[in-house]
Amino acid sequence: MAKTLEETTKMAAKAGKNGNKKLSALTGNEAVAHAMRQINPDVVAAYPITPATEIVQIFSSFVANGQVHTEYVAVESEHSAMSATIGACAAGARAMTATSSQGLALMWEMLYIAAGLRLPIVMPVTNRALSAPINIHCDHSDTMGARDAGWIQLFSENSQEAYDNTIQAIRICEHPDILLPAMVTYDGFIISHAMEVVRIEEDAEVKEFVGEYKPDIYLLNTDKPVTMGGLDFTDFYFEHRRGLADPVSKVKDVVLQVGAEFKKQFGREYGLFETYKLDDAEYAIVVLGSTAGTAKVTIDDLRDRGVKAGMVKIRMFRPFPYDEVAKALEGKKAVAVLDRSDGLAGRGGPVFGEVRNALCDWPNKPVTVGYVYGLGGRDIGPEMIESVYTDLQEIAKTGKALNLVKYLGVRE
Amino acid sequence: MAQVKEKKKTIFEQPWHELPRGGIMPDAGNAAEYNTGDWRTDRPIWDSEKCISCLICWMFCPDSSILVQDGKMVGIDYEHCKGCGICAAECPPKVRALEMKPEADFR
Ligand code: SF4
Ligand code: SF4
Repeated sequence: MAKTLEETTKMAAKAGKNGNKKLSALTGNEAVAHAMRQINPDVVAAYPITPATEIVQIFSSFVANGQVHTEYVAVESEHSAMSATIGACAAGARAMTATSSQGLALMWEMLYIAAGLRLPIVMPVTNRALSAPINIHCDHSDTMGARDAGWIQLFSENSQEAYDNTIQAIRICEHPDILLPAMVTYDGFIISHAMEVVRIEEDAEVKEFVGEYKPDIYLLNTDKPVTMGGLDFTDFYFEHRRGLADPVSKVKDVVLQVGAEFKKQFGREYGLFETYKLDDAEYAIVVLGSTAGTAKVTIDDLRDRGVKAGMVKIRMFRPFPYDEVAKALEGKKAVAVLDRSDGLAGRGGPVFGEVRNALCDWPNKPVTVGYVYGLGGRDIGPEMIESVYTDLQEIAKTGKALNLVKYLGVRE
Repeated sequence: MAQVKEKKKTIFEQPWHELPRGGIMPDAGNAAEYNTGDWRTDRPIWDSEKCISCLICWMFCPDSSILVQDGKMVGIDYEHCKGCGICAAECPPKVRALEMKPEADFR
């Protein structure tokens, strides 16, 4: 562990010195820590929690080595981490933190405040199951619980996407039309701790891409003093919350615009979601996160056997790209939505609900079914995903779903 | 042709898209613009005949609603008085120049 840390630090320093773009073997957490090093935020306030600990642990070594100018605040809880990040951002700093699971849960009331005050905070979150029972492994229940807090949510399939999304999120959040906070999520352990080949871009190029943060309204501006966090009664609260929905409606355009600029600069393409062999597909699944990688292998295999399988991998879950997803899925014979969290709402997971909502008004809508899978890190293999496509083919024959929601991979 | 000048909207009439983002208050000292008087369920009634202008009520009022001129109590600012009753409770027992009455009696 210590060696990895030392090595990656050296590697990054060397990459910076030589100005070489380098392919490196990094874990998701290491890649994100390097993104944060290159972003060089003014303030990072954080509290450790598995499996996100490494992000800020590695980052704190960058602080200690003088590789960043960041003021690092070691707080006593995640509630304080988010509070200090909010305070710093309100004061005018580019402020970041990182967390997971129970840590995110402890930040809860502050999440809404960060969004309500229109503070562009970027927070990497490694997805981990929520208690009870206590579990440290991956599912999406933590960030799904915070889906209506007014934060942008970008899901990442792998370490490269986690790195790229962290860099892009800075630009998205700080855009004058947006000024909202964002979570960049990636799957706990599966991505956070697995070593992959990641391209770490040149420090100078990333620095130029993210640019300097120049807030227009901030507390430390003594020439233009303001009050933030005031009290609203029945005569103002509604107007201010209505005002919050406005930048949310503009996120989509900015995400696409920043994605296009990112592609021009670094060559990798990002949209609101990614499609895989979808155009001529008859059967499609909708997934988030690392499961998309397994699904791609499964789809290739099914295609070899003549099954017209395809996929939509949601990148931007909040705000949800309703019309675009509906358009992508329109005309398919059957669609399965895979949720790595149970909504406990009586009808499967939250992604299922959103996709059904998106398709509701479309005349040529496919039959849709929901699967809840992978809770608490339960592995999902190609055979499980293949079983979903087998179900979809059955459903397409009759046009009727046998079960609207299924639990996939649980002992029955 | 006479120009009809549009009356400037007060902040209470502004639609959501004209308000500062995130509930930020761009200027200081604007609490006076907020009418807290409509929260009142009881109204302090001042008897100027009995009042000895000791200004105890002025010292205790949490909403700066006791009006004073040239060192003398002159009335109550009903735009901001929340009707807490502290003034009436603190007015010296031998004087009793303030009395709380139900707000409904005045509406
Ligand atoms: S009732 Fe309360 S708020 Fe009103 S004048 Fe008296 S002390 Fe002030
Ligand atoms: S406390 Fe009573 S007597 Fe003293 S100034 Fe107020 S109203 Fe007058």
